[in-house]
Amino acid sequence: MMTMLKNLQGWIDARIPMTATYNRHVGQYATPKNFNFWYFFGSLALLVLVNQLLTGIWLTMNYVPSAEGAFASVEYIMRDVEYGWLLRYMHSTGASAFFIVVYLHMFRGVIYGSYQKPRELLWLFGMLIFLVLMAEAFMGYLLPWGQMSFWGAQVIISLFGAIPVIGDDITLWIRGDYVISGATLNRFFALHVIALPLVLVVLVFLHLIALHEVGSNNPDGIEIKKNKDENGWPVDGIPFHPYYTVKDIMGVAGFLIAFCWVLFYLPDGGGYFLERPNFEPANPLKTPEHIAPVWYFTPFYAILRAVPNKLGGVVMMGLSIAVLFVLPWLDRCKVKSVRYRSMFHKLNIGQFAVSFIILGYLGAVPATPELTIAARVFTITYFAFFFFLWLYSKNEKTKPVPERLTH
Amino acid sequence: MSNAPVDTGRRRFLTAATAVVGGAGAVAVAVPFIKSWNPSAKAKAAGAPVEVNISKVEPGQLIRVEWRGKPVWVVRRTDDILAELPKHNDQLRDPNSEEDQQPEYAKNIYRSIKEEFFIAVGICTHLGCSPTYEHNKFEQYVEGIRSGFFCPCHGSKFDMSGRVFQGVPAPLNLVIPPHHYVDDNTILVGKDKGEA
Amino acid sequence: MKKLLIAFASLFPMMAIAAGGAPVPYKANIDLHDKASLERGLDLFQKHCSGCHSTEYQRYERVANDLGISIDDMRAKYILDGAKPGELMTNAIPGKEAAKWFGATPPDLTLVGRVRGEDWLYSYLKTFYKDSSRPFGVNNTVFPSVGMPHVLQDLQGVQEQVCKEAKDENGKVITDDVTKEPKMICELVIPKGKEGSMTPEQYDQAVKDITGFLVYSAEPVRLEREALGKYVLGFLFFLFVLSYFLKKEYWRDVH
Repeated sequence: MMTMLKNLQGWIDARIPMTATYNRHVGQYATPKNFNFWYFFGSLALLVLVNQLLTGIWLTMNYVPSAEGAFASVEYIMRDVEYGWLLRYMHSTGASAFFIVVYLHMFRGVIYGSYQKPRELLWLFGMLIFLVLMAEAFMGYLLPWGQMSFWGAQVIISLFGAIPVIGDDITLWIRGDYVISGATLNRFFALHVIALPLVLVVLVFLHLIALHEVGSNNPDGIEIKKNKDENGWPVDGIPFHPYYTVKDIMGVAGFLIAFCWVLFYLPDGGGYFLERPNFEPANPLKTPEHIAPVWYFTPFYAILRAVPNKLGGVVMMGLSIAVLFVLPWLDRCKVKSVRYRSMFHKLNIGQFAVSFIILGYLGAVPATPELTIAARVFTITYFAFFFFLWLYSKNEKTKPVPERLTH
Repeated sequence: MSNAPVDTGRRRFLTAATAVVGGAGAVAVAVPFIKSWNPSAKAKAAGAPVEVNISKVEPGQLIRVEWRGKPVWVVRRTDDILAELPKHNDQLRDPNSEEDQQPEYAKNIYRSIKEEFFIAVGICTHLGCSPTYEHNKFEQYVEGIRSGFFCPCHGSKFDMSGRVFQGVPAPLNLVIPPHHYVDDNTILVGKDKGEA
Repeated sequence: MKKLLIAFASLFPMMAIAAGGAPVPYKANIDLHDKASLERGLDLFQKHCSGCHSTEYQRYERVANDLGISIDDMRAKYILDGAKPGELMTNAIPGKEAAKWFGATPPDLTLVGRVRGEDWLYSYLKTFYKDSSRPFGVNNTVFPSVGMPHVLQDLQGVQEQVCKEAKDENGKVITDDVTKEPKMICELVIPKGKEGSMTPEQYDQAVKDITGFLVYSAEPVRLEREALGKYVLGFLFFLFVLSYFLKKEYWRDVH
């Protein structure tokens, strides 16, 4: 039996580099030994991606992508299809979980300087994933064809109308109709279930290839490859398997406890994962009392609303995402991890996180004059993070960085 | 890395236990995905047994009801028709209904529970067309037999018990669906008597 | 830094009042395990509501199974239009006709429990009051200017809104800070001779029954979901403990 398996392995390896690929990326992939809690979220993002792909494929088996049938077909899945409710909740809860995990994953990159040289491209692929994910979530949210689906899409598509000269033509072109209609629904469905998932999977692949080429960063922000033993193995490295496979299994189990708790006991996430007006079919003649995007878009939405000019708001919102792309070049410090950087940098990251969360809150509630002023203040502090970072990072007073991992 | 001795027994046990429990979890996750392919409540409702009121069916008349998307015939056979049935066994492929095309209670020459009422799935056993009912006009197809069913697609012929004639493309008698009498005037198509 | 924190803290009271809407005065406290209540709710719904409102995403048979009603009973008591038990609970009057009578098509109510929430529904059904300026002669404190007649009026009686000036403990009238008008305290009362066929307690229970039925309808799978959740979480907790020890065992090499 064993010899047969060995022969089979040899046969395959002579044709494709199976064993070599396994060793390169798992079996002998040298990983820093000091990963902490923040390093769970990469593998968790992959888990949620698989969940979204599988449940998504299964949902399309019963979903009807038409203005007439979409809403009823979702209720059909929730009631008439065996375990359809579970698949649907896995998908809807998974969407929110995806953003929670990805935001934490990105924040990890910020605090430990994982975007710095030589990981700029890794960061860029990650940002592209984030961008596609936002498009994916936005288009997916139209599909249940509820009131929020409809009016949320209406508002976001109208943003393109702010573009000078060609804006109105572009909105018309995106919708394929004078209002959001079945035509819009069908094209969003096609993009949501085929085009964007394909792009997403390719980008995730590139993200991983880029990661394994340069190697993982770590909470100390030093390169383990600089310190190798006589066999060429990094002294502070451990093979990914078995050490991080068993650790990630533990992370997955812990994550699933939280995920399933929401799924089984709070599937509408208190009105944030599934919004109440979305249980009413889309009605082009009646706007819900209060339109808010799903929670994961609210920080950017708050920035949009904070600017008292349509084009200005759209530009600022676009900038708030675009500025993240150039983060590797804004940070001119040679020290990566927040552990060895200046107090000012720590405070700057702290205020950035707080600004982001408060903007998220402000984007979810109706705007009042006071709250609009607050949104403006935190829009400024959001951008101030990047500006100050660029300013002080050139000549930052950093602490000495250790030669070896400290943990 | 430290060089502390490895407790291989404990390590092996924990690895195996986690693999087994995790594997069981993966199998459990597959359950909703597999079960969602079963007929939905909508499909089941559409495929539910159909009640047929037979009190208003005239002698010689055929009515069609839909059951699971298929036409089911209910024919009230006249005494003339019934009298004809035993006479042409030699022209049939399966006169005694040996093939499993009917429930046990319809395995007789009339292929029915009560002689008067013939209930059958109106789909030719050849390639799935629905034969036409030729009441008193069947002699053009089979000499000496006044009523029967003729399939316009490929010319298969059946008698008034749904039994197939020799020399036609259809290989088997018409299917008799499970059914029973709820009372004298009502038939439930799709369910045997006493079946839950 | 401290100033910054104070600035943050001062934000929060503003946030609390940011959410709005007409006040919802009562709590429904629905118990989905109380199947008798849900069945009474179905009965009341079919008698008083289903003439105009459908619950068209659910099937009679599913409701019968979930509420412990036999199919024969369902057919005899609650299927009013001769539909088959497996069919969807659509209703009789076509939308266009209804729009002519009420000014708008009466909405389908299958999911209203999730759109509005149980407390809103319960309060809404309790707070109709006489208002001759409205087309149907009634208004509602939870849903001002509602376009629906009070279909349960025969049961509840005719409520009237009675308002008086609010006074502080010295008997002085409290006025609004901005408008300087006296503040009004209003309550809904049923005048003598206008009582319905039910006592107020009976009516509250009836309204609770209807609300319960609608909450059930909005998510029929809820009890099953919560029951399954226990097993899933139990299993995951076990897996977590196991994987924790597995991780610890392997990581002894590293530490």
